[in-house]
Amino acid sequence: MIEIKNLHKSFGDVEVLSGINATIKQKEVVCVIGPSGSGKSTLLRCLNLLEEITSGQVLIDGTDLTDPATDINKLRTDVGMVFQHFNLFPHKTVLENITLAPIKVKRMSDREAKDVAIPLLEKVGLSDKADAYPDSLSGGQKQRVAIARALAMNPKYMLFDEPTSALDPELVGEVLQVMKDLADEGMTMVVVTHEMGFAREVGDRVIFMDEGIIQEEGNPEQVFVDPQNERTQGFLSKIL
Amino acid sequence: MIEAILESPYINSLPTLFEGLKMTLLITIAGLFLGFILGGLVGLGKLSKNKLIQGICTVYVEVVRGTPILAQVLFIYYGLTEDLIGLSINALTAAIIAITINAAAYIAEIVRGAVYSIEKGQREAGRSLGLTEKQTMRYIIWPQAFKRMIPPLGNQFVISLKDTSLFSVIAVHEVLYMGKQYYNVTYEIFETLVMVCILYLIITIPTSIILRRLERKLDV
Repeated sequence: MIEIKNLHKSFGDVEVLSGINATIKQKEVVCVIGPSGSGKSTLLRCLNLLEEITSGQVLIDGTDLTDPATDINKLRTDVGMVFQHFNLFPHKTVLENITLAPIKVKRMSDREAKDVAIPLLEKVGLSDKADAYPDSLSGGQKQRVAIARALAMNPKYMLFDEPTSALDPELVGEVLQVMKDLADEGMTMVVVTHEMGFAREVGDRVIFMDEGIIQEEGNPEQVFVDPQNERTQGFLSKIL
Repeated sequence: MIEAILESPYINSLPTLFEGLKMTLLITIAGLFLGFILGGLVGLGKLSKNKLIQGICTVYVEVVRGTPILAQVLFIYYGLTEDLIGLSINALTAAIIAITINAAAYIAEIVRGAVYSIEKGQREAGRSLGLTEKQTMRYIIWPQAFKRMIPPLGNQFVISLKDTSLFSVIAVHEVLYMGKQYYNVTYEIFETLVMVCILYLIITIPTSIILRRLERKLDV
């Protein structure tokens, strides 16, 4: 379970998150939507401490991220992250991208790490690309490798930061399909996305953010069909 | 015809100039090797979060880059007298020191620039997988940064090689100095200097070509 308690985040004088409270339960798929600059990516990045938390708390399975005694590296192995721009390691093959962290962090042998990686590559439909370098892949393939790389650490949670925003439209579907499969298997996911179709179909809950706070949340049907908040209505009317 | 070439003042200067070329290469390679080590350390210092270390390294780079290498080598050779530092520095040592500290200042910037040029998403991806800061640097940032350092380092080799010609002022027997000694005797100034320049070009042009190929191959 991820518990977010009165989370504030400022960059200098600018407050980006102004008191976020939310709980993400096991096996839940939560989609975070909202206009750009609303703080949704920052919120996601606070959940694995890629952004320092200004005040408030984030608890992951009861472990407080803001506690200096918390071993953040260990905790991050439980929280996988997929980035908008993939961030694959260009000097490593697809297979090496996936096995690096299991070998270096979990101290697996090359053999063990490979045994973890190969089924994951199959799962994302890229078995034939194991020895390719990221440069030779399409955006959709890169993002699927990035998902496999995060899954190789066997995380309990997956964070997706606009995973399809940098993709050509025709490549979006293959990535969403992988994410949907993951959700169907019961992965707990927090997805910052502009894909309203995905949010509606796969999301258990939708959070609408604007101006650094959660303006509205609820099940997708409720938020999309009958939004209560004026800002949500305005946002949805512009994009749907 | 062949005799005419063999007897030409161009060819005649070569044995003397080759002696100088060996010295030129010795100073360049020794200086760059040491400069790479020192420059690497200074570059790391500039990346350090410790403000004091960062400050010292910044001052070093600015002082060395802001003063001419000719002034530096005169300072090392004549300025740092035995009375002052307790040991005497010969001309060759002074030359190698001058190349070292000079190359180090530029290499420090090369190192820092290469590390900075790696997209911040790379670091974030590493850290998000649970790698420590150190592991992220070692396995993700450095390998990519090294690649980006190769072309500017090759460039630095060419610059340092040419800088060694300044050391003729302290009578280091490098190739330009040897050329001057030679034409002072033979008065074949034009021919000798043409050969000196050709010797430099024989090294610098292939270096540039190799670098350009490497750049394309590494795609940096």
